[in-house]
Amino acid sequence: MSKLFMFEKPLGMRDTLPELYQLKRQVKDAISSEVSLWGYEPIETPTLEFYETVGAASATLDQQLFKLLDQQGNTLVLRPDMTAPIARIAASTLNQADRPLRLTYDAPVFRAQQREGGKPAEFEQVGVELIGDQSSSADAEVISLMMASLERAGTASYRIAVGHIGFVNALLREVLGNDERAGRFRRYLYEKNYVGFRQEVEKLPLSSIDKRRLFQLLRLKGGPEILSQADELVESAEAKEALQQLNNLISILESYDLSDKLIIDLNLVMHMSYYTGTVFEAYSEGLGYPVGSGGRYDQLLDQFDHHEPATGFGLRLDRLTEALGKEKEPVTKDTCLIFSHDRRKEAMQKAKQLRQDGQAVVMQELTGVKDVDAYSAQFQDVIYYIGTNGNGGASK
Amino acid sequence: MSNENLTVAMPKGRIFDEAVELLRKAGYSLPPEFEESRKLIIEVPEAGMRFILAKPMDVPTYVEHGVADVGVAGKDVMIEEKRDIYEVLDLKISACYMAVASLPSYNPNSEVAPKIASKYPNLTSEYFREQGEQVEIIKLNGSIELAPIIGLADRIVDIVSTGQTLKENGLVELETMMPITSRFIVNPVSYRTKSAEIDEMVDRLADVIAAKEGRE
Repeated sequence: MSKLFMFEKPLGMRDTLPELYQLKRQVKDAISSEVSLWGYEPIETPTLEFYETVGAASATLDQQLFKLLDQQGNTLVLRPDMTAPIARIAASTLNQADRPLRLTYDAPVFRAQQREGGKPAEFEQVGVELIGDQSSSADAEVISLMMASLERAGTASYRIAVGHIGFVNALLREVLGNDERAGRFRRYLYEKNYVGFRQEVEKLPLSSIDKRRLFQLLRLKGGPEILSQADELVESAEAKEALQQLNNLISILESYDLSDKLIIDLNLVMHMSYYTGTVFEAYSEGLGYPVGSGGRYDQLLDQFDHHEPATGFGLRLDRLTEALGKEKEPVTKDTCLIFSHDRRKEAMQKAKQLRQDGQAVVMQELTGVKDVDAYSAQFQDVIYYIGTNGNGGASK
Repeated sequence: MSNENLTVAMPKGRIFDEAVELLRKAGYSLPPEFEESRKLIIEVPEAGMRFILAKPMDVPTYVEHGVADVGVAGKDVMIEEKRDIYEVLDLKISACYMAVASLPSYNPNSEVAPKIASKYPNLTSEYFREQGEQVEIIKLNGSIELAPIIGLADRIVDIVSTGQTLKENGLVELETMMPITSRFIVNPVSYRTKSAEIDEMVDRLADVIAAKEGRE
C-alpha cells in the first residue's frame, strides 16, 4: 500500500463539519424530543460487544461486521445496530423491570468497509424498542411514533411501506409444503429477484392455481384494499392471523389519521430470518434509500435465553440529514463582537446580555484576526467595540 | 412523490436498440432521433419520462443510488455488480450466455496456477467456487479473446452470443455457464413511492414480451 496522506480516513468514515453538524443535531434533537414525549427512556450501551452474542444476534450480515480481538482473545464487534445490545440488556439487567419496556437510543453504528461512496461505514441511528407487548397496538405505536418523528424532524413528504413476514412465510409454506422450498422462495424475495422467483415457480410441479397464488404474491402492493386480495390467496390460520394483525394495524393508524402515508407491501422481506411479524420501511422524497426501518422481532431475545415479544424502529440520521439538507436553508452565524483590548469589559457585558437573550455571540479581539472584513462577513450582525472612547459600539 | 417523472437508465451499445424497440412497442412514443442522439440525458415530457444513457455496467449503479428509478440491465452485469435493486422483469432481449473458453490445446493439468481472464471478476470467481475450483482471475476491460492467445491466461470467461468471435480467434468453448438476457430493474424506494407509473410500465412491457413469445 502506498503511503497514506494526512487527510485520508479509513474507507467509509466521514467527518461532520460545523454546518452539517448543526443540521444533523437539529434532526436528532427533534426526533429525540418527540420520542421522549411518548415516554421512551434513553439508554446507552458500549460501542464494543462480543461477536458471539451481540454480533451473532444482530441483523447485519457477518461480512459487514467490524471485528477485532481483545487481550483474552475474544472476538469483539463494533456494534452493527442497537437492537441486539438492547435485547441483551432487556434479557439480563432489565429482565425484572416492569413490562412493556419502552427504550430509546441515539448512537453511531458500524458496517464494515463498504466498497463505494454513499454507503458510510459509521452512521448514527435514532430509534426505539418496545419490549414485552405482542399486540398490534404496539406495532401501530412504533410506526406512528416513527411517522411523528419524521414529521417533527421536518421531513415534508415521506411514505411508510408495511408488510408482514408471517404472511409471506405462511403463504409460501401453504403452497410449497415444506420450509426448505419456502426458504428458497423467501430468498428470491429478499434478493428482490422477481424474475428468479417466477422462473423457479415455473420449474416446480405445482397446480396452475398454486402457481397463480405465488405469482399473485408479487403483486400484493398498494393501499389497504390489497389485504382482501391477499385474504383470497391463503387458507391457513397463521396467514389469516397475519392479515388480521395488519388490518388491526391499519385501523389503528387510521384513527391516528396517518393511514394516507402508508403503502402496504406484502413482498417486503428485509432480512432472511430476523423479523417475525410486521415489518416496515420509511422513504423520504428524493432519496433512493430508505431513511429508516423496523419491525417485530419476537425471537431475538431467545438468543439471550429470554423469550419475549418486541418491536421497534431505527432511523438513519445520515440519510435523513441528506434528505433534509436538500430542503433546508444554510444556517448563518448570529453575532460577532469585535473589540479592542481597552474595551473588553463593555464588549463582555454586551455579549452576556445578548447570550441571555439566546443569541450566539462570538467575541473576537481585533488583534487576533488578520482580515477583519472577510471574517466578519460570515455573521448576520457585527458589533465593534474598538478605539478607546467609551461611547458604545457601532453596528455594521 | 411530488415529482412524478420517471428517470429511466438505458444501456448504450448492444442492448440499446432492442430496448428502445421494446419500449416503443409498449406504447412509449420516443422521439425518432432517440437512437442518433449523442446527448446523455433525453427528456420525453409527453411520456413523463427522462432517459439517461449510461455504460451497461453502470446502469445498476444509477438505479441502486436512486438517481434513476428504473433501468435496463443485462443479467451478466447484475450478477457481477450485486446491487440492491429489484429485478422485476425478464425482457428476453439480447439473449446470449456466459461461457468458459480456451485454446483447443488447453490442458488443465499443465497449469501452474489456473488463471482466468474476464471482464466479470466477481461472477467468474463465484462460478468457479461453486464448481469447487479455486482460480486466479485477471480483470480485463475488453478483447478478452486476446488473453489465451498471447498467454496472459489459459481460460477466459465472457459473453457469447453467436460464437463467431471465439471462432475467429481460434478459441473453443469449454463450458456454458448461464443464459443471459436483459432485465428491467427498479430502485427499491421508487418501486414503492412511484409504484403506479412503474407497475404500468412493467405491465405494458410484460404484454409486449408475452405477445412476442406467442408469435415465436
